[in-house]
Amino acid sequence: MSVLVVLEQLGGIYHRMSWEAVVAAQELRLPVFVATIGPAGAAAAKAVDKVYSIEHPDLASYSADGYTAALEQLIRAVSPEFVVFPHTYQVRDFAPKLATRFGRVFVSDAVKLSRTVAVRQLFQGKLNADFAFFAEGPRFVSVQAGAYRGDTLGEGSPEVVAFAPELAGGAIRVKAEAPFRESSRAVDLTAADIIVSVGRGIKEKENIALVEELAAALGGELAASRPICDNGWLPMERQVGSSGQTVAPKVYIAIGISGAIQHQVGMKGSKTIVAINKDPDAPIFEVADYGIVGDLFEVVPALTEAVKKLRG
Amino acid sequence: MKIVVALKQVPSRDSSLRVPAGAAWIDESDVTYEINEPDAYALEAGLQLKEQHGGEVIVVCAGPDGAASSVREALAKGADRAIHIQEDDLHQADTLGLATLLAAAIRAEAPDLVLTGLQSDDMGSGQTGVVVAELLGLPSATIIMAVEVQDGAIRVKRELEDGWFQHVSLPLPAVLTIQSGINKLRYATLMGIKKAKTKELRAVSAADLGGVPVAQVRCEKVYLPERAKQTQLIEGDAKTAAATLADKLKFEVRVI
Repeated sequence: MSVLVVLEQLGGIYHRMSWEAVVAAQELRLPVFVATIGPAGAAAAKAVDKVYSIEHPDLASYSADGYTAALEQLIRAVSPEFVVFPHTYQVRDFAPKLATRFGRVFVSDAVKLSRTVAVRQLFQGKLNADFAFFAEGPRFVSVQAGAYRGDTLGEGSPEVVAFAPELAGGAIRVKAEAPFRESSRAVDLTAADIIVSVGRGIKEKENIALVEELAAALGGELAASRPICDNGWLPMERQVGSSGQTVAPKVYIAIGISGAIQHQVGMKGSKTIVAINKDPDAPIFEVADYGIVGDLFEVVPALTEAVKKLRG
Repeated sequence: MKIVVALKQVPSRDSSLRVPAGAAWIDESDVTYEINEPDAYALEAGLQLKEQHGGEVIVVCAGPDGAASSVREALAKGADRAIHIQEDDLHQADTLGLATLLAAAIRAEAPDLVLTGLQSDDMGSGQTGVVVAELLGLPSATIIMAVEVQDGAIRVKRELEDGWFQHVSLPLPAVLTIQSGINKLRYATLMGIKKAKTKELRAVSAADLGGVPVAQVRCEKVYLPERAKQTQLIEGDAKTAAATLADKLKFEVRVI
């Protein structure tokens, strides 16, 4: 019995969530093997039992078809009881396909893992649910960003095994072009000490001025959750979350932001989190140090005034 | 182009969710429902492709009788016809079971393109589209921001993490999962609502489609999450609470 963790790297640099997935896998108290597409690199110095380095010219750039075919062959060869992934965008693109190829269900975005139960969040983080496994292995699970501490993974010198999959010509149906970035990133939110961030609760574009005034009074940067930027109310470069920037300021003030996990992964490392929201059950309060349950249209202007007064 | 849009009806975002102690699911008696938001964007993407390239948009939805209201809404917005897989308690099926039902219904239509939202607001597994693609033997791409139709193929813009994007091309038929917010959702017009009444809404049962496969995982308990932090809730009217918070920002957080 073993657990196989599929690590994610891009050109030799591992996605930090890879190590979080390994730490989650350690909870299963089974030998932990890791697999990576590309050279073993940093994985060869981690406290794991074995590293499989999968190499093939057709895997030089990511494709769901290529990764699925290669990992299918490795999993059949190793026959692990569990296959654990970091819940990255790339994993979302191929892991459901891979599990389906084994006739197995894929339990995605788990926040806690044991041999018999995976805990998942439902309703955008408002509720947790225990999902019990019934089927035989391999059991496919991905681990939510930040659910485990990647920096607790120790050092080691595991055996590195090269694995060369056979990929049929024409197996890769999706042709990828080079990744690109759109915004100039003129705004570097990661350097800000104070961030005042606005979400759906603001209702109208015109109302954003209220939040802007608070940011100005505090001398902070204005940021937003995804729906605000999707609507074009603020530029994409001010977006915080999995598809935007990841920030860790001294204080992060979330206004009218419910705090879905996609947003939380971008800001939960903030030293202090303040939430202002009318819904007492909003998931943002789960990570907030200070909270005001109330109408932001009353609270925010009052807060701006109070801050101005303290500043003199 | 024949386009299937798979959509799900979910509890509205502002529904208050009540969980009876020890329950395996929420108490749905006070819940209102809506089309899962990412699926609404998938429907809009499908309708726009039809307007540009001609063809047909067929909605497929699995859910209880009540889900028919969301199916009708999709017809009123402009879908041509719909298949409603009528089945209660589908939240007890796992992702593979649900995708198996959808795939069976979609296979019979032999579409050129299948669209669905990238994830559901209730279960949030984010995998139905990809599993359906694999069951149908089709290529797929996820978290799609834009779709361009080329000769027998499509070129799509995928969202990657941390502000990165990528264009990828897929041969048709193919399956795409659509990101929320990529287009402007249309409202159903009065004419659309009227017309929807004459459109084909075919109800099938899970049994008609070969049945729901035995669940490999089961949701055994739902509950409120433990708070990661002890939140200091600041009480009082807006003015008092704001003044208290400002004091805390000055003397405890020390940012003023």
